[in-house]
Amino acid sequence: MNPVAEAESGGGRRAPFAEVRDRFASFAEQVGGASVMAAQVFTRGLRRPLGMGDIAYQIEHIGVRSVAIGTLTAVFAGMVLAIQFGFFLERFGLAYTIGRVLSLSVLRELGPVLTALTVGGRVGSGMAAELGSMQVTEQIDAIRAMGADPIKKLVVPRVVAATICVPIITVFADILALVAGGGIAMSMYNISFSVFYQEALGTTMLSDFTSGIFKATVFGLLIGVVGCYKGFQTSGGTAGVGRATTETVAISAIGVLLADVILTRILVSL
Amino acid sequence: MRPPLSASTPQIVHPPLSQDPLRAAPGEDLILFQGLVKAFGPKRIYDGLDFTIRRGEIHTLIGGSGTGKSVLLKCLLGLIRVDAGTIVFDGEVLTGKGEAAFFPVRKQIGMLFQGAALFDSLDVAANVSYPIREHYPDISEAEIADRVAHKLELVGLPGVERMRPSDLSGGMKKRVGLARAIAVDPAVVLYDEPTTGLDPINTRRINELILELNDRLGVTSLMVTHDMQSAYMVSDRMSMLFERRILITGTSDELRRSPIEEVQAFIGGMSDRET
Repeated sequence: MNPVAEAESGGGRRAPFAEVRDRFASFAEQVGGASVMAAQVFTRGLRRPLGMGDIAYQIEHIGVRSVAIGTLTAVFAGMVLAIQFGFFLERFGLAYTIGRVLSLSVLRELGPVLTALTVGGRVGSGMAAELGSMQVTEQIDAIRAMGADPIKKLVVPRVVAATICVPIITVFADILALVAGGGIAMSMYNISFSVFYQEALGTTMLSDFTSGIFKATVFGLLIGVVGCYKGFQTSGGTAGVGRATTETVAISAIGVLLADVILTRILVSL
Repeated sequence: MRPPLSASTPQIVHPPLSQDPLRAAPGEDLILFQGLVKAFGPKRIYDGLDFTIRRGEIHTLIGGSGTGKSVLLKCLLGLIRVDAGTIVFDGEVLTGKGEAAFFPVRKQIGMLFQGAALFDSLDVAANVSYPIREHYPDISEAEIADRVAHKLELVGLPGVERMRPSDLSGGMKKRVGLARAIAVDPAVVLYDEPTTGLDPINTRRINELILELNDRLGVTSLMVTHDMQSAYMVSDRMSMLFERRILITGTSDELRRSPIEEVQAFIGGMSDRET
């Protein structure tokens, strides 16, 4: 027997190389599968009927109900950042610039990333659990058996809703983080609202805001595709649904952070 | 021999929804599986399986658990792709083609899934009307409601339109699933364990409905079941799947008289367990 094959199969022990190779192959397969699903969303989503009712339902279901968690996170993050920035800036007599530093941090990075992480965890896991349950109970097969397209019926509304909702929640998050940060600046460092917002708005440009919203849009698309893909790939009964759900949270979070690095690199070079 | 329909057999009153007429004449081969090969990873399910369904017959597929009976139904609908071999429906080769090739077939075939596969997010009426809305978008709401009510009556569940699948028992779900499978009056109905989990009265009702659909509307039926009494009651022909191939095809009597040891062991064991 080939020594490599023997090492891979013998006695239940596998060569480390084979383990790495299999994991890489599995990763590549999943990235490929999710990419195909994303492409199908674009091609089939444009076919009539557009399914606006389903999209509206998903916007209400996954978007409106995520506003609280998204904005609450932003409020606390804005407060903590204002405390930390104020603590250091005050040493150099620059506490009045809290608004400037905070607005740039929130609009460009923290608003979209924190919103994507919190809302993504909630929404992505919900999609994976719902679609995974449908998969293991043959409901997705039933949709196909009745001549309908599960990508069009199930995936397109969810991905479109996530892509629309994450940037909208990010706008709310940005505003509330700045309001909360302004409150901290006033109460802890005696910086008036007018000075805080003059600094905040005077130094930020429209591109700071739009780049954050662009990122949030990409994050929303990513969260929707990952959640739906993991749901569709679910197998192994209820245990499989649980596995798909937890994997979705992990993959969405890593995907958002990785996409943030790539998008930031591209956007700063524009 | 099939029993005569009883007086309580539900009546089919609606004119069937218009379908593309089948090319195969009654009694001619309608569905052909030729040299089918299918494996899931290292597990080989079919190895050169050949199997034929004639138009207008009720054909029951029996065999041990895990032999691939349900998989065969899904292969016909293109829900699972075969590795090799040919599937022909009404003269049209389906294998080797994309998903779109199966769309016309799916309009002509209704399927009752083993676990009913009702949509949890929709009520009973929306579940049963789903294929009608999908295939016949121009039908009025009033007619849809009328057809849904009638199909539910046929399966012995009148007035449950507003209930959710989570409120139904296993047997009720099965019957709603059957109402959905026949909602568009398909030319072929695939039944995956149609009587599992049903009480004797409803088992008889479903068996009589299968017979009535066949007798009055000429529906071709392919049924997968472990319920041998139902199989004997409704089947024109039966086939047994064993070790990746069809071991035998014949009438109920031919199977009962078969000298093949595995056939006798299977139907004998099943009959003992059932009775």
